[in-house]
Amino acid sequence: MSTGDNYEAAASNSATDVARFDETSSGFVGKIHHALHVTPALVPLIVLLASIIVFGMLLGSKFFSPFALTLILQQVQIVGIVAAAQSLVILTAGIDLSVGAIAVISSVVMGQFTFRYGLPPGLAVACGLGFGTLIGTINGWLVAVMKLPPFIVTLGMWQVVLAANFLYSENETIRSQEIATQAPLLQILGTKFNVGGAIFTLGVIFLLVLVFLLAYVLKHTAWGRHVYAVGDDPDAAELSGVNVKGTIISVYALAGLICAFAGWALIGRIGSVSPTSGQLLNIESITAVVIGGISLFGGRGSILGTFFGALIVGVFTLGLRLAGADAQWTYLLIGLLIIAAVAVDQWIRKVAA
Amino acid sequence: MSSKTNTGTPLIDMRDICISFGGVHAVDHVSVDLYPGEVVGLLGHNGAGKSTLIKILSGAYKMDSGEIYVNGERADIRSPRDARRYNIETIYQTLALADNLDAASNLFLGRELTSPLGLVDDDAMESEARKIMARLNPNFQKFKDPVSALSGGQRQSVAIARAVYFNAQILIMDEPTAALGPHETQMVSELITQLKAEGIGIFLISHDIHDVMELCDRASVMKNGKLVGTVDVADVTDDDLLSMIILGKQPGKAA
Repeated sequence: MSTGDNYEAAASNSATDVARFDETSSGFVGKIHHALHVTPALVPLIVLLASIIVFGMLLGSKFFSPFALTLILQQVQIVGIVAAAQSLVILTAGIDLSVGAIAVISSVVMGQFTFRYGLPPGLAVACGLGFGTLIGTINGWLVAVMKLPPFIVTLGMWQVVLAANFLYSENETIRSQEIATQAPLLQILGTKFNVGGAIFTLGVIFLLVLVFLLAYVLKHTAWGRHVYAVGDDPDAAELSGVNVKGTIISVYALAGLICAFAGWALIGRIGSVSPTSGQLLNIESITAVVIGGISLFGGRGSILGTFFGALIVGVFTLGLRLAGADAQWTYLLIGLLIIAAVAVDQWIRKVAA
Repeated sequence: MSSKTNTGTPLIDMRDICISFGGVHAVDHVSVDLYPGEVVGLLGHNGAGKSTLIKILSGAYKMDSGEIYVNGERADIRSPRDARRYNIETIYQTLALADNLDAASNLFLGRELTSPLGLVDDDAMESEARKIMARLNPNFQKFKDPVSALSGGQRQSVAIARAVYFNAQILIMDEPTAALGPHETQMVSELITQLKAEGIGIFLISHDIHDVMELCDRASVMKNGKLVGTVDVADVTDDDLLSMIILGKQPGKAA
């Protein structure tokens, strides 16, 4: 670019083909690449369908039944909800390691506020949701305003929240029976209903509604567009007039709120309020996001992809268990999927550049 | 010093602007102004401070001291959003596009067209984008692709469209033709002439003396963060401007 002092030569020798406006035909690979750019959830969807078909053929009706398939949904509901929150954060090129801790402490707040302070369960749930949002907001403020790296902020917050969780709850579990008799609202997301052999819970319904709502909001609101723009290039977004700080804080705050909902669903799933539950939610949510094709570099991917990513993990887990395989095979295959997903992401980036 | 036509209130009056980064005076007591329908060229070596000066006006940097007046009134510009409220639009050298979004989304980024329900109206934005692009770059067709898939010239035209679309009163162009071939450069020149006729004031940062001689009414030359001087382009030659850039001296002044 630099032309030194020779301005006149620079003017007369201007390149003649730097900028042509013709469409470049890029063939089959180009078409695939374009499809992936437009529909980033395509790869995980194909992998999901393929894995369902493979396990269906191997295991027959044991796997390929309404009961087993909806069991997968029940098993992934908590991870799915947390992964939706994680997706939002990762779309802004951040990461949230405190998601699991926020979910657990929110469930503990809901339980303890009800049983220790005698608050009405509805109010206690609201307090739990508010508390999750508060922690998320603090994360967002530290990232956006104090300019601290998201990894470090949330690594610290994970430890702080988890320790606070144990200190506050005094390591005490609130038993399922007590909750069922005195505050059934806390377990409401575990409510099951049967549709022709398929078992759904309210938590599963919540997950589905959340995924489609977030997908819609990300695609069809200015806020959603700003989330992508901030993850893409925060400097460009700022110069374009996007409120980058506000967007980042709102994303972490919303992630905190969603994690608190996951904490509520967690009570429904396990019945009790346990400060030691949900320890693997961090890693599992990041796994779902990565397999779902959301770029860890931000700005690209979709919530639907994350949902498919969570389901893929669920299908592998249940399928391999029904097949009688050692559980370690699940981790091994999931590990390979993670690496493959990141390789695909890099390929998209390279072709794009 | 100022041109015979420039009477009345300047659109932009930047007075005694200073900013330093880690002890380096990137812009050191610089004053420039801009009148309606005028093109002022900003010249200087890389690192002379012209982009920094202009980024203060566009809200990307906060100045350490100095005053900015827009239409004679003291303006408080702390962010790009503030600058836009004063109808100052900028075409950045880096273009400032979000690579994974398409042309229309970039054009309206931060100012999306929304339906009464608050949902973005993609159809309206695309149709507006088509209108403005038909004017700027009639060959442009890739409205659905992420801008990362566009050529340098196409990306540049998206950035230019974004600055022009929103009825700017003051336009800042930082090397607007850097990635363009001769044909597109010619289109930008015509655009500048047209906008000037509409009464818009333009700051044009350029390395190209010919561009400046052809398009600008006045030229302000910077060197090492200081203003060398501002001259009426009609009163000077290419060589005068070159010596201002290289030697940092105003023509006619004693050496």
